[in-house]
Amino acid sequence: METKFTFSDLLFENKRRKPQEFAEIAKELRRDIIKSLAMAKSGHTGGPLGLSDIFSVLFFGDVLRYKADDPKWDKRDKFVLSGGHLCPVLYSCLARAGYFPIEELSTLRKYGTRLQGHPGLDTELPGIETAAGSLGQGISIAAGMAMTHKLLDKTDQRVFSLTGDGELQEGSVWETAMSAAQYKLDNLCWIVDDNDCQIDGRVKDVMNIKPLDKKFEAFGFNVIECDGHDIDDIINAFDKFIANHESGSGKPTVIIAKTFMGRGVSFMEDLHTWHGNPPSFEQAEKALEELK
Amino acid sequence: MKKIEVSGKKPTRHGFGEGLVELGDKHDNVVVLGGDITGSVMTSYFKEKYPDRFFSIGIAEANATTIATGMALSGKIPFFSSYSAFAAFRNTDQLRISVCYNNANVKIGGGHSGITVGPDGATHQALEELSLLRAMPNMTLIVPCDFSETKKATIAVGEMYGPAYIRFGRSAVPMITNDDSPFEIGKANVLNEGDDIALVACGLLVYPALQAAEQLEKNHGIKARVINNHTIKPIDVETITKAAAECGCIVTAEEHQVYGGLGAAVAETVVKNAPVPMEFVGIKDTFGSSGEPEELQEIFGLNWQGIYASALKALDRKKPGNIAV
Repeated sequence: METKFTFSDLLFENKRRKPQEFAEIAKELRRDIIKSLAMAKSGHTGGPLGLSDIFSVLFFGDVLRYKADDPKWDKRDKFVLSGGHLCPVLYSCLARAGYFPIEELSTLRKYGTRLQGHPGLDTELPGIETAAGSLGQGISIAAGMAMTHKLLDKTDQRVFSLTGDGELQEGSVWETAMSAAQYKLDNLCWIVDDNDCQIDGRVKDVMNIKPLDKKFEAFGFNVIECDGHDIDDIINAFDKFIANHESGSGKPTVIIAKTFMGRGVSFMEDLHTWHGNPPSFEQAEKALEELK
Repeated sequence: MKKIEVSGKKPTRHGFGEGLVELGDKHDNVVVLGGDITGSVMTSYFKEKYPDRFFSIGIAEANATTIATGMALSGKIPFFSSYSAFAAFRNTDQLRISVCYNNANVKIGGGHSGITVGPDGATHQALEELSLLRAMPNMTLIVPCDFSETKKATIAVGEMYGPAYIRFGRSAVPMITNDDSPFEIGKANVLNEGDDIALVACGLLVYPALQAAEQLEKNHGIKARVINNHTIKPIDVETITKAAAECGCIVTAEEHQVYGGLGAAVAETVVKNAPVPMEFVGIKDTFGSSGEPEELQEIFGLNWQGIYASALKALDRKKPGNIAV
């Protein structure tokens, strides 16, 4: 059956908002994710759904400073997606911020699209800072950007980067953790999507990475834990990061965000089987009913 | 042929170190990342002169490569250097996706390359990185032949846009080029004219190729065209094709596996444009071993005698009726 959905034309401003407004934005992001993945017929559904609340605040809550009509604005904060497979939620945010036409979300993963299955710079999609796909690389690129802004260009630009929790099994991320502390990158905000799910099952069963707070503390980080589905808690976490940066603490920040894969769609929640699968047309319709 | 002029010996890595400083003098956005062995790959020169633009990353080549990518994507021209054994292998995934797929302006200096790193043995004798990196889109690969050419190549890769890998060695090698010698990325230099055979070499093997040409002329009256093919990628299709068409047979020589490196790049060009018999001087699908540099060059045939013997084979195969041998 041909799966075809239409997308709303809502654009969101990047400003301080009431918590309920973020919940509405997050719901719109989730609808985009379901529709674009059902139309793509492949891709990662669970992770992006679980990140929608955090992304609604990051992109539309005056946290990340950017200009959608000037993607290369030289004073912009950077957002570096390290777990490239989570890109559907990023694509939705970029579209709804006005970086590119919203209808383009329907081209996800199709030949010739700017919305590659994992982001690339070659397709020149506005708002994408780097290719990402091999886990662990983006967070290090983010550290390189943070070093440039803080130590070379001496600007107040901030760099946000998101890794999955399973991604922390890649050894190179701990090389990055060392260098972030060594170079006192208090302008770096490392968000960990702590959903305890990866393709093969629970993270602790595949290869345990806990305790994360103690590990990052030992590496010299400003550690913030938050409920990745509680808007107030998310706002508070980003505020703490910004305060840490502005105080010049010299400590990089990690926000360990407790999330649930598939959040927002009852039959997907907390199931690792939704890591790398798209919904069928019927499942998508059912999910969209729940996301009304 | 005219006499080969050699003005002493110096390690190519010193050319890299001095080239970086000169590049740093000219361009404020050149930065250098160290992987602990800065005194070996001579990034120490830059570190001393421009401490604010030098960043120690420790023994973490993967992280250094992606940090360099982040800097490149933020407008800097980062050079990361370590031994080739680590600077092309420990970070291959990072080079493929973050550097090459992003077409990021990251430069890698691969030091202590090849068997002439000597006593350190096989683990440290990188002999495969050209094959590996040549397959990566957007990558430029340079293997300069001596001190002066390494210095020029370092400055040239810094002033071009895009990913580049420059390969150099530990031991002192004869200086056969000088400040006035031409160097252009992608443009091979013909060091000696001849129409009987072409000897196409890079790096350490350029000087022995000249010596082999001298011997071929002296002993057999054979005129060998000697080509210093410093740029492995993009290969100079015009010069190689012309050499094949005019000389009728080719020997390539490199301090690297014969699979996938200079020889393969030349063969691909020749087979497509002007097929002629070829012989390959290089490492033949084995690992290296501890030993003194010159001793190892002799054992592995990476000297003028090895090139000379291969040249006689190629010349024999060139004779009418022998092509199929």
